[in-house]
Amino acid sequence: MNRRIRTLGIAFLVMYTVLFAQLNRVQFVEAEEYKDHEGNIRPQLRAFGQERGEIITADGVVVARSVAVDAGEIDFRREYPADELYAHSVGFQSFNQGAFGLEREYNDQLAGARLDQQFESIKDLFVDRDTTGTVVMTLRDDLQRTAAETLGDRNGSVVAVDPRTGEVLALWTSPSFDPNLLSGLDGSAVNAAYASLLADPENPLLAKSFREVFFPGSTFKLVTAAAALDLGGISLTAPVWPETDRYEPLPSGRDIHNFGGSTCGGDLLLALQKSCNATFAEIGAEWLGPGPMAQTAQNFGFNSEPVIDLPDAARSRFPTDYGDYIADLSAYLTQGENEAPNGATPIHENSAILAQASIGQNDVKATPLQMAMVAAAIANDGMMMTPHVVAEVRSADGDIYDTVEPSIWRTSLSPFAAGQLQEAMVNVATVGTARAMQVDGLTVGGKTGTAQLGTIPASSHAWVVGFAGPPGQPAEIAVAVIVEAQPGASEQTGGTVAAPIARAVIEAAFGLGGD
Amino acid sequence: MTAVERRAVVRPQIAAVRPRRVELGLIALIAVVVVSAYGLASLGRSASVPANIGPFLAWMLGLFFFVHLAVRRFAAAADPVLLPMALLLNGLGYVMIARLGGDVDGGSRLAALQSVWSAVGIGGFVVTLILVPRIRALAEYRYLLGVGGVVLLALPLLPIGIELNGARIWVSIGPVNFQPGEFAKIALALFFASYLVDAGALIRNRIELRDLAPIGVAWVASVGVMVLERDLGSSMLVFALFVVLMWVATERAMWLGLGAAMFLAGGAIALQLFSHVERRIDSWLNPWADPQDSGFQIIQATYSMAEGGLTGTGLGRGEPDRVPFVETDFIFAAIGEEMGLAGTTAILMAFLIVIGSGLRIALRATHPFEKLLAVGLTTLLGIQAFIIMAGVVRIIPLTGITLPFVSYGGSALVSNYIVLALLMRLSHEQRTVTTTVSAK
Repeated sequence: MNRRIRTLGIAFLVMYTVLFAQLNRVQFVEAEEYKDHEGNIRPQLRAFGQERGEIITADGVVVARSVAVDAGEIDFRREYPADELYAHSVGFQSFNQGAFGLEREYNDQLAGARLDQQFESIKDLFVDRDTTGTVVMTLRDDLQRTAAETLGDRNGSVVAVDPRTGEVLALWTSPSFDPNLLSGLDGSAVNAAYASLLADPENPLLAKSFREVFFPGSTFKLVTAAAALDLGGISLTAPVWPETDRYEPLPSGRDIHNFGGSTCGGDLLLALQKSCNATFAEIGAEWLGPGPMAQTAQNFGFNSEPVIDLPDAARSRFPTDYGDYIADLSAYLTQGENEAPNGATPIHENSAILAQASIGQNDVKATPLQMAMVAAAIANDGMMMTPHVVAEVRSADGDIYDTVEPSIWRTSLSPFAAGQLQEAMVNVATVGTARAMQVDGLTVGGKTGTAQLGTIPASSHAWVVGFAGPPGQPAEIAVAVIVEAQPGASEQTGGTVAAPIARAVIEAAFGLGGD
Repeated sequence: MTAVERRAVVRPQIAAVRPRRVELGLIALIAVVVVSAYGLASLGRSASVPANIGPFLAWMLGLFFFVHLAVRRFAAAADPVLLPMALLLNGLGYVMIARLGGDVDGGSRLAALQSVWSAVGIGGFVVTLILVPRIRALAEYRYLLGVGGVVLLALPLLPIGIELNGARIWVSIGPVNFQPGEFAKIALALFFASYLVDAGALIRNRIELRDLAPIGVAWVASVGVMVLERDLGSSMLVFALFVVLMWVATERAMWLGLGAAMFLAGGAIALQLFSHVERRIDSWLNPWADPQDSGFQIIQATYSMAEGGLTGTGLGRGEPDRVPFVETDFIFAAIGEEMGLAGTTAILMAFLIVIGSGLRIALRATHPFEKLLAVGLTTLLGIQAFIIMAGVVRIIPLTGITLPFVSYGGSALVSNYIVLALLMRLSHEQRTVTTTVSAK
């Protein structure tokens, strides 16, 4: 019998080994998979069974908080006192529709689930301490409100950043949505609200300020100008381009006209002041060429993974494929006219596209945030700081867990070129198209843009980007404003429609302005 | 046993000192583990040390010390690890049940009952040691035990039986409810072992219907009754016990093949007769096909164990109460959630140690009856634990059966402590006999 008993022992060993292997599968190898199962509501219930920290603005306004509810297994729901004002950055935490925005990105910190929050010291093992974290944003409630109020019910976005740190001070897109509709406890009402938001043709769920790209129009001329100053051997005052009403592209292509058939030219300073299409098209296509233009665009953040601490930011883009280099241009050149400068010509097969791209048309697309960063990089002497909306995470008793330190993302242009461009932009805001954003007592620089959408009926996106600071000191705010699909297509549109909004935000930032 | 040997059995204390010291050390260690777990479970739930930790400690240490002293007195030479393993399983099970009751501070009804059942079980253990001074004496009651086992099994089918959760396995006499099946399995193990001592040798050489009749009747009756009561887990357990004992006794692998064939045939018949068998098999193969109904329990158990991961959520910090029947059939999932893979592995190891000790007792036994009984009792514990643990993690179809010593349940605790007492008695006898023989 002993042999059988030993065999029995081995059989038991095998059975329990199989059991152990299966336990490893369920509890280790496939555990994460089970946790993510759609039907597994444990993570959900855990999230809603405990209080979360608040999300507050830089100036201390609570924009997301937990309120206790008595609803079975759900003990807390999220409440958003500012309604739709921060929906695109704060997002929401919804039992039925999941979490979004900072509510998702900072879920662990808000819930107090991170190890450093759980165990600040060994004594925490024995006391029931509030481990939740408070997320402090860089957004300022006064700027956010000003942006929303001045934009009103027009569709558009307002982005303000601190050029010195990359802190995003305002991030507003209209239309927005009320996250309280999604954080409710009535599941069917929440799902219905979400469905109707999804079905809304104006897509209020989409944070167009950083998740949608638009033609930047003439605001992109700042990038072209930066390339001209750094790589094109061009200064603000030389050379001087002759006055013309159009640019005829090489080697071929449709002429690029100035706005409204106007005539303009002059040096770079004047060209920027007048937002002269013909001049910038020529600079981009014939003085700089594809390499320098694409390189500068990339230095400003185009064609790069966006770096903001919010999910799903859109990539701004600048076209890079212009076909082959054309060594012998003689066939295209009519005598005396359009003679290539610099001796060498950077003309490629599709340089006509580059001419359009150099004035922010064709396939150039940028988020409002991207254009605010362009202005910020110029204002910050060429250094583009990493944009972020979270300043720090604090514990319930005020200790700081995390601080987001300012960091340089890109060197966009040389300090010298940045200084020149600051001067040029101040000029634009003083005597040029962006006069409407001028604020007394501040040094304000700006650049307008009008991205035409169509001609029947004529409509365009009205843009303005700029910066402002106390005289003689570094700029403290950079802004980008886009008002979508405005009637008309004049170069003045950006100046008349978008610039007043930028001015209101700047005034609010410096505590000026009566209203 | 000769007169000389019998005299020696009377005074085994000298040889018995070492195992009891080992046992005492292990019990002390386990007391620390269980009390810590109890405290942690309360800290995990309410961040407070349980108010009754003092009385709990006193009650537990009292029980532990009492049973240890009883073993010193009545089975001094017995195996030193069996009892500590049972106490560990019992203790951790109690902590889980107390924690699942919601209020760790002794407010939970199930926990209070379980602490009483643990005491009764330990009492049953001691009483068994006292009432059974010689294991071989039991063999004389073989037919009584066989009939008794079948009668116990059939009790719930009488009007005093109660159907609960689809299975008719309870009997209610006055204020006392109990599961006679839990005791029937011991009676059947004793009967099978003693019967096969004689019949085994005969059956080994030449199978005649006459030799097979009594055991066949007992088997058909027990399995039949349990199928009627829809207690598939116990049915599987008794069947496995029968096949293993036949195989060990006759030393013919044919019985394993025959057993497997009979099992499959029985399964096929059950599949035809009972809709719930089909449901069990469906929810084993793919619980996610019907996640809200037949698959619900097993899916929740899987989520629960996955939640635990390697180290668990921490006692009192998980949500094992999402799993239906978590105090009984699914307590293993609760351990997996709050103590993680580390905890479930510890439970596995504890059962493996019990099985190892049980089979070592079987190997060292000199008499065939003792050998077969040790194999039978070990198989009862080892297979029952496997059936429920493997059911919970979907290795085999789920059958409602308790995890020995761990799950909530009075009848199961008492019967498992009796099984343990019988194993201890066997161990004690052989060690004292061996000592005398080697001393000569």
